Amino acid sequence: MITGLSIVTVWVLDQDSAKEFYTKQLGFDLTTDIELDSGMRWLTVRSPGGQEFLLLDPARSMLDAETGQQVRALVAKGALSPGVLSTTDCKADHDALAERGVEFIQPPAERPYGIEAILRDDSGNWFSFTQRHAES
Amino acid sequence: MARAVVADVNSLRALRRARDRIDRDYAEQLEIAALAAEAGYSLGQFIRAFDAAYGETPGRYRTRRRVERACDLLRSVNLTVTEVCMLVGFASLGTFSRRFSEIVGRSPSAYQRAAARQGGPAPIPGCFALMFRTGLRAEQQFRRSDQ
Repeated sequence: MITGLSIVTVWVLDQDSAKEFYTKQLGFDLTTDIELDSGMRWLTVRSPGGQEFLLLDPARSMLDAETGQQVRALVAKGALSPGVLSTTDCKADHDALAERGVEFIQPPAERPYGIEAILRDDSGNWFSFTQRHAES
Repeated sequence: MARAVVADVNSLRALRRARDRIDRDYAEQLEIAALAAEAGYSLGQFIRAFDAAYGETPGRYRTRRRVERACDLLRSVNLTVTEVCMLVGFASLGTFSRRFSEIVGRSPSAYQRAAARQGGPAPIPGCFALMFRTGLRAEQQFRRSDQ
């Protein structure tokens, strides 16, 4: 039985800056920050709802140097999205996060499935930020 | 057209900020020259770099963003075509109708009538319409018509 996704990988351009952004601005908890023998820095954070995110630098990962550069370019140009962040109150959370300097590409808007905004992290990854309507 | 293999991360970030501004502020009088200056490029360099990164010029991207927002309004909000035209940032109804028809394949009023006939919310989430512009494929052949 597959129960879900326990860790989401987020490619970031600078792990120190990502650690600041995800903990100070998004309000996540730091769960791990260690360096492995291979040189990979294993940096994870957890959302208040319990989802764990791995903030991985392509240059310090399992990727070869050329592939790492390609991934960095994709992140910087804003092409990648790790997924949809769910919220219990899109509008209030949008206001609080924007106040803390989180960049929104789209303010909360009513959609058939709920209220949705779109934000970017400090590297350029975009997330849908959605409060789903109750399932009917 | 020559295409940079991988541009440096700082340039790509500046281009992404410019594209995000178009996504966010499409309804305003967004001048491409101003976006170029903000991104630290001359106008010509900016247009070429943006095209290399995103496969279309910033002017074309701005037009598609406005048309995509217009589709959303025509489907979901009870407004006239002229009102929608002004709301999404077009200064002239003629330009709006022409660009809309090029990209969507029918005029704004025909699009609005068809949407009303079909009724109900579209099944494609708004975020995907924004980020992927699903259904706006007919633009390919017109990519070079704007700056």
